[in-house]
Formats: sequence, structure tokens, C-alpha cells
Amino acid sequence: MKKTLPTYVTLILLLLAIVSCIFGISRGEASTVGKKATSICMECIGIG
Amino acid sequence: MADNGLKKHKIIRKSIQAGWGILTNGYFKGFLTASIYKGPLKNFCIPGMNCYSCPGALGACPIGAMQSIFDGRKRKFAFYVVGYLAAIGLLVGRLICGWLCLFGLIEELLYMIPTPKIRIPEKVDRPLRYLKYVFLFLFVFALPFFYRTSLGTGDPFFCKYICPVGTLEAGLPLVLLDKSIRSALGALFNWKLTILIACILASIFIYRPFCKYMCPLGAFYSLFQKVSLLKMSFDENACVNCGTCSRTCKMNVNPIKSPNSAECIRCGECVKACPKSALKFNVIEKKKKVLT
Repeated sequence: MKKTLPTYVTLILLLLAIVSCIFGISRGEASTVGKKATSICMECIGIG
Repeated sequence: MADNGLKKHKIIRKSIQAGWGILTNGYFKGFLTASIYKGPLKNFCIPGMNCYSCPGALGACPIGAMQSIFDGRKRKFAFYVVGYLAAIGLLVGRLICGWLCLFGLIEELLYMIPTPKIRIPEKVDRPLRYLKYVFLFLFVFALPFFYRTSLGTGDPFFCKYICPVGTLEAGLPLVLLDKSIRSALGALFNWKLTILIACILASIFIYRPFCKYMCPLGAFYSLFQKVSLLKMSFDENACVNCGTCSRTCKMNVNPIKSPNSAECIRCGECVKACPKSALKFNVIEKKKKVLT
């Protein structure tokens, strides 16, 4: 039987996740995603 | 009483799934003009599997987005998408799978077709469940990150070789609507179409087979299931061991043994079905409970 992690550990991990997300956006990852997502993805369709 | 509550719950959940699917694929013009939405919302990821080349899609697919950062000429870690998905996983675990995934809804609707249903024996089912982690770590993380063609570009391996969501939501509509795309089809499309047809056929007989065995997004969220703020708790004093909860669960989870199982999509049907209210969702546990 396992005990769950204390809630504060989850909250620390959540904070790290949010910081990671903000850091990614600050270095332009959201616009990289946007660029890819606004043109038809040939790989997704199956053309390659 | 529990039966009525469960029926109502199923209707509410299906309505939310459908409503979310329509809302996030609301660029209807795309279906008429064989085009896709190109606005700023595409910088943001939808939390469920939803191909960004679907003519209606208003946001980006997180699995495609992750690969698009990994497979660039400059090898980069996808801090934005990984952080975003980890935050969702840490908040609600796999709740998104059960409530906000369009492809999950399509699988569920296919399962409603009245045919004999198949329950995969545990000896086969258990190892197969690990397949989705192989897709996540190999096809979404490792191959797009490390593999480069002679031109120095990478490939979104999961989107390109596996994803039936892309074939259904983007491939089929665009192939039907656009003659030039139709003329470019080849072996890769046939391969992806075969995977899609296999998923559709399997969904008629097996509950959400893509989610159980293939989905890398479900695999990612499941990593946080045991530590997420939203958890399921089990009150053993209230339980009368009637087995209703495990019979209700179509993901083949036994909520008594493992209320926060990595396979649970938090649809809440076991909670509603329990005649003694022994299962509950908690956001933050008030006192320490033993959860496996």
C-alpha cells in the first residue's frame, strides 16, 4: 500500500509546471506552436 | 435512485464532451472551404487530443505542439507544452480524458452501437496498457527530439506514423474537400487510414481502445494521477462490497483497490453508481487516507 504525496509537494510541482510554461512562452515556443498549427500539417493528414 | 443519478450523469458528461468538441472546433468555415483557422488562438493548446489541421480546430493539439518544438532544426525542450500539460495533470489527473476529449467521445459513441462487447482478459490487457507509454516516450519525445534527416529537420513521429485522430479530424475532411491533397495520397495515408479503421472497429466492441492502449496524452496525464490535487477517495466503512463500482467501470478499474489508478479517466460513473456513496472526489484531502 502506498501513501499519497503531501499536498504541498503537489503544489510545488504545480508551481514548477507553471514556471516551465511561462519560461517556454517567454522564449517563443507558443509562436513556434502557432506557426506549425496555422499551416496544414501534411504529416498529420498522412501525406508526409 | 443510483440508476437515475447515473443516467443523468452520463447525459451531462456526454453533453459537456460534445459541447467542448463543438466549441474547440468552431471554425465551421474551414469545413466549407477546405482551409484551417490561422488566428492567434492557435498559439494555445487544447487540453485534449484534437488535431490542429482539423478544418474546424481553433487551438493546437498538445501532442503535435510538443513534437513541433522537439523536431525543429535547433533541438529544444518543449517547456511550454510540457509545463502546460503537467499543470493540468497536477490539477486534475486524467479528468480531461473523461470530460474534454472529442476523440474519446467518438469512441464512446461507437461503443454504444448495440453489439456483443469484448472485455480483454487481464493477462493481455495489462501489458497492452503500457503501449501508450511507449508511444509517449518513443514517438512523442525521443524520436522527434533525436532523429534528424539529412536536411537537418526532424519528424513528428506520432502524428506522421500513428495518430488516428489526425487522420479522422484532418486527413479525411481535407482529402474529401481538396483535390490537390487527394492527388498526393500514397502509402503513408493508407497506413494511417488502416490504423484509424482498426481503432473505429475496435471501439465498437471495446470501450475506448485508443485511450486504453495508444493515447500518449492519456499516458502523460496518468503520470500525475496519484499526485493530482483532484483525487478519488474510498470510504471502506461505508462500502458494502457489492461490486457495483468495478462493474460500472468500463476502463476496467477496480475503484476499491485503486481509486486513483493511472487507467481511471475520472468520468465519475463509479461515484454516481455507488449505492452507499463510498467513493468521492476530493480536491484537497482533509485528513490522510491510504490510497493505492
